[in-house]
Amino acid sequence: MVLSARDLRRDFGGFTAVNNVNIDVHHAKVHALIGPNGAGKTTVFNLLTKFLQPTSGKITLLGQDITKTAPARVARMGLVRSFQISAIFPHLTVLENIRVALQRPGNLSTQFWLPLSKLDVLNDRAMELLTSVGLQNQCNSLAADLSYGRKRVLEIATTLALDPKVLLLDEPMAGMGGEDVGMVAELIRDVAKTRAVLMVEHNLNVVSDLCDHITVLQRGEILAEGDYATVSNDEQVKIAYMGTDHD
Amino acid sequence: MTEISMTSETRNQTANRVQIALIIALLIALIFAPFVLYPVFLMKVLCFALFASAFNLLLGFTGLLSFGHAAFFGGAVYFTAHAVKEWGFSPEAGILLGVAGAAVMGLVIGFFAIRRQGIYFAMITLALSQMFFFFCLQAEFTKGEDGLQGVPRGHLLRFIDLNEPLNMYFFVLGVFVLGVFAVWRIVHSPFGMILRSIRENENRAISLGYSVNLYKLGAFVMSAALAGLAGGLKALVFQFATLTDVAWQMSGEVILMTLLGGIGTIFGPIFGAAFVVTVQNYLSTTGFPVTVLTGLIFIVCVLLFRRGIVGEFNASNLAVKLGLKSPK
Repeated sequence: MVLSARDLRRDFGGFTAVNNVNIDVHHAKVHALIGPNGAGKTTVFNLLTKFLQPTSGKITLLGQDITKTAPARVARMGLVRSFQISAIFPHLTVLENIRVALQRPGNLSTQFWLPLSKLDVLNDRAMELLTSVGLQNQCNSLAADLSYGRKRVLEIATTLALDPKVLLLDEPMAGMGGEDVGMVAELIRDVAKTRAVLMVEHNLNVVSDLCDHITVLQRGEILAEGDYATVSNDEQVKIAYMGTDHD
Repeated sequence: MTEISMTSETRNQTANRVQIALIIALLIALIFAPFVLYPVFLMKVLCFALFASAFNLLLGFTGLLSFGHAAFFGGAVYFTAHAVKEWGFSPEAGILLGVAGAAVMGLVIGFFAIRRQGIYFAMITLALSQMFFFFCLQAEFTKGEDGLQGVPRGHLLRFIDLNEPLNMYFFVLGVFVLGVFAVWRIVHSPFGMILRSIRENENRAISLGYSVNLYKLGAFVMSAALAGLAGGLKALVFQFATLTDVAWQMSGEVILMTLLGGIGTIFGPIFGAAFVVTVQNYLSTTGFPVTVLTGLIFIVCVLLFRRGIVGEFNASNLAVKLGLKSPK
């Protein structure tokens, strides 16, 4: 178990967005977080990555309590997230996008007196990562000029550049064309061999295909848990998530 | 793939050559300018160009709009003027003290301001710089409304007499080139890369593990220190320090200069400052209200050429022909 949350709760004024949520994310497993719109999936993500502070509850990452840790510090500990809206640096080139991620572990981020060419040592590793996701031909394009699907691919490649221990992907397939979905699914399957992945996803084909464990959220609380077969046969899930007329 | 990188490399090389040629042309023009134009006017342009470049480091390359940069610029004017006049500092030591003072102020003001974003950031910088303005109005050493008069220029390194207009001019030009080089170096450095990524997408930078507040504070202090360098120079050029330099209008003026020249470009603020100072200089003898014209220019700039003088040039067909910009 690499990441776990206990009795997670978050209030916004009088509204409880997330209540009593327990999640355990395991090494080399893909864990899906699903649920209807407004169920609190993204809030849970923000809580786990510390972009939001939980009202109560406890979060541990690799055995360390991170309930009160700053988000950048959590990222340095190996918990890296993506965002629902593709998070890239639009006016940097594709190669520079990857290099920004590589700069930190490479300890080349505070030197304001050195020329940019000092970063060229990161190019080989960056190109390797870009090749692994099929973006090598676009390395000199501005990230803003990529198609939506390619931007998401770039985002995942940037995340992988940090070699994280836990990957949190917020709707990685949203808005992607069929070809890209297949490629990203392959990519996630591949990276999950050596690290834990927690993802929010609406595409149930992807979820059934990719995920080992599923947590269903509804109105901020856990409705059901288990593998795809268990969850998809759960009566409450059928009613809440897939509709009553689902066979 | 090799073909793509080859063409982009040759393009980069031509772009570099054209850029270097333009920079050399500009430097030659600046070297010969004092023989044609009034040196004090040119030095004023250079001081403000350096100030705007320092400001642009924060606005253009980090994405932080400070509305209180007059505090660093004007603060340094006072620090340098006081050190040179009252304590008998040499001009170089006086300027260094101005830079150090501005950096410390940048650290204090930045420490509070970076906690908020956007308009709140701008308002905190404005509020703190106004507090500094009233401090300068009341404090003993600034002589309040009278200001510090008759600041001696002294001898640079004890033997170059800065009372000679040309000596002073080339000293200012040298410091200006150094200052702009520092901005260029910071922007094109590994640190500058992180600043740009913060400007582009702050949350993403956080999620990659960067403590963005430290980077922002670093950029803020560097920008303040360089603004202080410009202020220190100005104290020696004009030989006085007044409240004008710490007033909020000065913060507004530097925003105008940077915007007009082109934010996020190295040369934009220089041209913007030159333009604004020239307009002010010519209008000051005509009786036409300067603020009316600068206001109009600002509106035209925002409506018609939002990228600024240099920004529009970089995006133009001429820049494409010169190889400065890749064709779409």
